[in-house]
Amino acid sequence: MSHDLALAEHQHAESASIDVFGFWLYIMTDCILFGCLFASFLVLNLPGAAGPDLKSYLNLRDVLLETFLLLISNFVFGLAILSSYKNSVKKVQGWLALSFLLGASFVFLELREFAQLAQEGFRWDLSGKASSFFALVGTHGFHVSCGLFWIAVMICQLPFIQTDIAQRRLTYLGLFWNFLDIVWIFVFTLVYLTGAL
Amino acid sequence: MLRELFFGKLTWEAIPYHSPIIMGAGLFMVAVVIITLGLITYFKFWTPLWKEWITSVDHKKIGIMYLILSGVMLLRGFSDVVLMRSQQALAAGSQLGYLPPEHYDQIFSAHGVIMIFFVVMPMMFALLNIALPLQIGARDVAYPFLNSLSFWLTFVGAMLCNASLVIGDFSNAGWTAYPPLSEMYYSPSVGVDYYIWSLQIAGIGTLLAGINFIVTILKMRCQGMTLMRMPIFVWSALCSMILVALAFPVLTVTLGLLFLDRSFGMHFFTDFSGGNPMMYINLIWIWGHPEVYILILPAFGVFSEVVATFSQKALFGYVTMVFALVIITFLSFLVWLHHFFTMGAGANVNAFFGLATMVIAIPTGVKVFNWLFTMYQGRIVLATPMLWVAAFFTTFAIGGMTGVMMAVPPVDFQVHNTLFLVAHFHNVLIGGALFGYFAGVIYWFPKAFGFRLNETWGKWAFACWIIGFYLAFMPLYVIGLDGFMRRVNHYANEVYQPYLIMAAIGALFVLFGVLFQIGQLIVSIRQRHLLADHTGDPWNGRTLEWSISSPAPLYNFAHIPAVADRDSFWGFKESHLGDGRIHPRELRYVDILLPKNTPAGFVIAMFTGILGFALVWEMPIPGAIGLIGAIATMILKTLDTHTEYYLDAETVKQTELSHLREILQCPTT
Repeated sequence: MSHDLALAEHQHAESASIDVFGFWLYIMTDCILFGCLFASFLVLNLPGAAGPDLKSYLNLRDVLLETFLLLISNFVFGLAILSSYKNSVKKVQGWLALSFLLGASFVFLELREFAQLAQEGFRWDLSGKASSFFALVGTHGFHVSCGLFWIAVMICQLPFIQTDIAQRRLTYLGLFWNFLDIVWIFVFTLVYLTGAL
Repeated sequence: MLRELFFGKLTWEAIPYHSPIIMGAGLFMVAVVIITLGLITYFKFWTPLWKEWITSVDHKKIGIMYLILSGVMLLRGFSDVVLMRSQQALAAGSQLGYLPPEHYDQIFSAHGVIMIFFVVMPMMFALLNIALPLQIGARDVAYPFLNSLSFWLTFVGAMLCNASLVIGDFSNAGWTAYPPLSEMYYSPSVGVDYYIWSLQIAGIGTLLAGINFIVTILKMRCQGMTLMRMPIFVWSALCSMILVALAFPVLTVTLGLLFLDRSFGMHFFTDFSGGNPMMYINLIWIWGHPEVYILILPAFGVFSEVVATFSQKALFGYVTMVFALVIITFLSFLVWLHHFFTMGAGANVNAFFGLATMVIAIPTGVKVFNWLFTMYQGRIVLATPMLWVAAFFTTFAIGGMTGVMMAVPPVDFQVHNTLFLVAHFHNVLIGGALFGYFAGVIYWFPKAFGFRLNETWGKWAFACWIIGFYLAFMPLYVIGLDGFMRRVNHYANEVYQPYLIMAAIGALFVLFGVLFQIGQLIVSIRQRHLLADHTGDPWNGRTLEWSISSPAPLYNFAHIPAVADRDSFWGFKESHLGDGRIHPRELRYVDILLPKNTPAGFVIAMFTGILGFALVWEMPIPGAIGLIGAIATMILKTLDTHTEYYLDAETVKQTELSHLREILQCPTT
């Protein structure tokens, strides 16, 4: 019954690198998912498409605010990862909570925007343009909400799981959170800025 | 009100009492389920079923479960064939046949969906699971739990599709569900919703499995196995799984948008209010064309293994084989428009996609010639896997030729949506993918179960399949070229009837083929001691999976092998020529880290199934139960961090020694 400790260590280290690679692949598939949504958005918003433009309903100030909220949330998440290297669970939880609040404000603003648009008549069932807007921005918002849920679960779990596993999970979550920022940059440019021009 | 919260749109009306054919099929299905459950209870198999199968994360067992799913669904998909072929054989001129159009439409839609998603895909994943980790010298796949989840999601998708037979109806918009026909205003029943959710759930399972196998292949190969030393089956799987990772998100989006159109009144694919039905057709084929390569590439891999093994010769042109696979993988994303040349994209666009399609014939031709040259001067053993390969050469060549014909846009304008097309894609999917997987199943059967399949019954099954296949599809080419459209349940011109009767006779032969296959399985199980594979190397194999016992032990390899060449096991056998046996290289055994079984994959998938069913019927409360249940199970799973255990060295030693003893006592070697 002799555990080959060196071997076991090796097996664990290997499995950590394998897991992160798999998560990268998942992110890549999610990228393609968004790519399709962007493509359908662009197709349905070709010049001459039926229905009113998003332009007349836009409130770019709120969108800029959303952008900053999401970016700062991501920055704060980075701080959480940094403090996780110092093994201080409380600090990590604190930064995560701040990151959560910022992300939640983003989702709140987005939902408010959706509600306002719908109230003003730019509903998702109005036209192809409106549908593609709600589907693309909504899918991003849904991803952010899932990320928020994940952060909340992580805050609760953190004290109860081993450090190496916690760190690995923070890495995945960080990748995911970062990825959503990048997608948002494209949403901001292609949907809002181009739409407002 | 409360009733709606629980049952949504579901009422007793949803069960088609009035249709004797559907009810008969449904009762038969229910009877099969009850008999199976009864047998499990009678043989007191519940505990082992739960402990060793349902909760298992062992890739070998998951592979077997995929195989069973695929076999059962093949029977379901094939019964659709019998119905369709007999309807078309009868319904000429004044005769209307026995299937009303709305039922016939469901049958061909279900047939396509089942055969692609729940027969060929699971059969592919069965072989990947059974053989791939063994071929690269790994103890399991990269994520054993995810593997179990993938299987159960596929299973749930298949069951949702089956449920549509008795509760409500299935889509009658064809297996690709083109809008605007699949939109709410033309298909108001739940059929398309069943289609969406069974594919969405199975699709997520496939995507996860794709990621799993990519990581397995790239990160879990044993020492010395560089990419260019991997067996071609592993290469083909890598290419196919990369296609899965690239293409399946597109399917998820496409079905998701169709769902939004149907349930939220959106306008992605409607033919008014700025929607664009052609966008759906583009999207579904951006997934759909890679999908057919996903199906066929691993079959190419199987052919490569089988041809090399049964010619007892190294594969000819290994490097060109790899290049051919990679080029096909790349090109498969550049040809989707050939499915709708008639859309009117213009001559230049059509010319580009036509040429890109024809170019694919080149790497495919390279592969065929490589297989032929492998056989040249080889000592060919005509065992059943090799028969399937031989049949594949001619059948697939015909299918490929007609494919190149249809790649010429003006020709395609003539045969678009005719039976010529139907004959073509059955020609490549049956003659290419299915024959390949049949060969693979027979080839790796002893590795999975410990005994070979009966050759005589296998040869009869083979003969019936081949005769049946040609009888069924060659007439379709002829009348398709004459303009006979696909998906027709009645035709006025009786000139076509003899051809369709011939096709029906072909289907009958295939039915005998399927029956022989079932017989082969039963006979082989009864003769399992006679057919037992004591050495673990029944075919004089070349790759690592044959270096261990059959069935493979729980941990696969007591010592992770180190290889120095392609066909490493063959090389090892050659360098030990003379005594013809494998000696244990090392007698010092260590504890082996293995993943623990977990019910989480099964439970998550079941909750997802409830969610899917609830989404079909718009049931709020069951939907919430499914969603919350699935998420809660996932979170519970993350709390359990002790997911692995050590199998002690003594057990490993005993298992290995008993296998060695078995080899030594084996009378045939």
